[in-house]
Amino acid sequence: MGRITLDKVQKKFGEVEVIPPLDLTIEDGEFVVFVGPSGCGKSTLLRLIAGLEDVSGGEIRIDGKPATDLPPAKRGLAMVFQSYALYPHMSVRKNIAFPMKMAGMDQAEQDRRIAKAAEALNLTDYLDRRPGQLSGGQRQRVAIGRAIVREPAAFLFDEPLSNLDAALRVGMRMEISELHSTLKTTMVYVTHDQVEAMTMADKIVVLRAGNIEQVGSPLELYKAPRNTFVAGFIGSPKMNLLTGAIADKHNATTIGIRPEHLDVVESGGTFTGRVGVAEHLGSDTFFHVHIPEMSEPMTVRAGGEVGLRHGDTIHLEPRAEHIHRFDAQGLRIA
Amino acid sequence: MARAISNRKKIMWTALSWGIGLLIFFPILWTFLTSFKSEATAISDPPVWFFFDWTTQNYSDVLERSNYPLALMNSIIIAVGSTLLGIIIAVPAAWAMAFVPGKKTKDVLLWMLSTKMLPAVGVLYPLVLIAKYFGVMDSRILLIVVLMLINLPIIVWMLYTYFREIPGEILEAARMDGAGLKNEIIYVLTPMAVPGIASTILLNIILAWNEAFWTIILTTVNAAPLTKFISSFSAPEGLFYAKLSAASIMAIAPILIMGWFSQKQLVRGLTFGAVK
Repeated sequence: MGRITLDKVQKKFGEVEVIPPLDLTIEDGEFVVFVGPSGCGKSTLLRLIAGLEDVSGGEIRIDGKPATDLPPAKRGLAMVFQSYALYPHMSVRKNIAFPMKMAGMDQAEQDRRIAKAAEALNLTDYLDRRPGQLSGGQRQRVAIGRAIVREPAAFLFDEPLSNLDAALRVGMRMEISELHSTLKTTMVYVTHDQVEAMTMADKIVVLRAGNIEQVGSPLELYKAPRNTFVAGFIGSPKMNLLTGAIADKHNATTIGIRPEHLDVVESGGTFTGRVGVAEHLGSDTFFHVHIPEMSEPMTVRAGGEVGLRHGDTIHLEPRAEHIHRFDAQGLRIA
Repeated sequence: MARAISNRKKIMWTALSWGIGLLIFFPILWTFLTSFKSEATAISDPPVWFFFDWTTQNYSDVLERSNYPLALMNSIIIAVGSTLLGIIIAVPAAWAMAFVPGKKTKDVLLWMLSTKMLPAVGVLYPLVLIAKYFGVMDSRILLIVVLMLINLPIIVWMLYTYFREIPGEILEAARMDGAGLKNEIIYVLTPMAVPGIASTILLNIILAWNEAFWTIILTTVNAAPLTKFISSFSAPEGLFYAKLSAASIMAIAPILIMGWFSQKQLVRGLTFGAVK
């Protein structure tokens, strides 16, 4: 069981308040992703849950039991670090065995669990190697192996895929999701990559400057961002945020239109502009369209092969039902 | 490092490094050769290189006239003792500075290093007076304490640099894996710091072994280490070059052999952890 409750949890470094009092409940078995730009406090929040940082105020409960003053060793959580943080002087086997050794588990049970984890993570052939002799992806697997053998109440991941190359990252993303569906253990995952957040999470927590901007499922965040920050942060490429006359027409200070909700039309249309840079991804093409009355180019998603070239004039029509409206404070207007 | 070095340059650099190496080695070689000469050959002009009557007379004379075993024993006890005492004090200090640094940690480190810039004679009188007051002149314990104090800044600095190399995340991982402070230190930190601690011990034994200023001044007979043993052969009457050389060779041989066998550790130690 791994229900984690944060009650008015606060963190200050000296005079600087990194995390203002914050409430959050992570349900048992949930895959929760903390996402936000760098410096938003997401890693600090994870470290508070882990016990690697002391809270400045508020309370943390794990399975209803107060954990605020427990040292990390006593919280029953496992963590996977960005740098893997393997013990360089121990073999893979000993690395994986370490948490069980600390827990005083008997040798036969340790061996059984090591064998099971190694098989699940394709590490059987590497058990007697040192971490230094492994590739980045293998090290990451060892770190995960070390986390799962103890059967913790919850897993904490601190940007675990940042040090891997793009192809490996996609693969490991799948493996972690797979692991979650098999183990059904609570996972708290920190990343700055909104694609990772969207693809893996049951629940996303968007953070900015230590504040929770929105909590919700990936699709809730995509369909109904609570404010302009979440609107701009979730979704790739970014949502077009427009102000001025066009927004006034919709009785809003800012309106948001996603690149995929703009249709290219023959003539007329709400916007008329000139095609700038095009990004061809094969399946999709993203055009940057320069519209005279706007300071920033708009991004438009079109099909894989469109006969548009740099400098062409283009007419665009947004889908009315997908226009997001925000007020002067940047908050969503329902 | 993809720097193309031509063969000619390579040969030049190799020759130059051998040249410098030999230059540094020459005094030891000359002392070694002189120690096997008669006193007359030792001061002959022009000097004789290899073709003389090799004799071990100097060695037996030196052994007969002085107490080499006592001096050797004193050197070992003082060098090893001061180093171990230093390590015991420096490990917790370096540990705290590396892993729980405060605002003034850098200042403390620099202040410690600055004491190494103080000329030793500056504290000669106070030290001698204190030693006399406590009646510990010419005792091993005095030298162990004094040499420990002199080398302590270096020991702390070296250990601090090694500990700093250990990534904090690995210690945090140990904490997450259920290790308390004691297990974290025993199973994770110490094994990772062993090479650093070993190099520090080696280097400081050498420093303490070679220390001549305090060892010569603060001892007479009982605690006199090999440094004092050598200096006792540089008699004002002179003309004992061969015996002086024999004594020197006997004094430096143990440390030279130890250094030879632990070259790898020492290089690491001398680069203060820069080489991984």
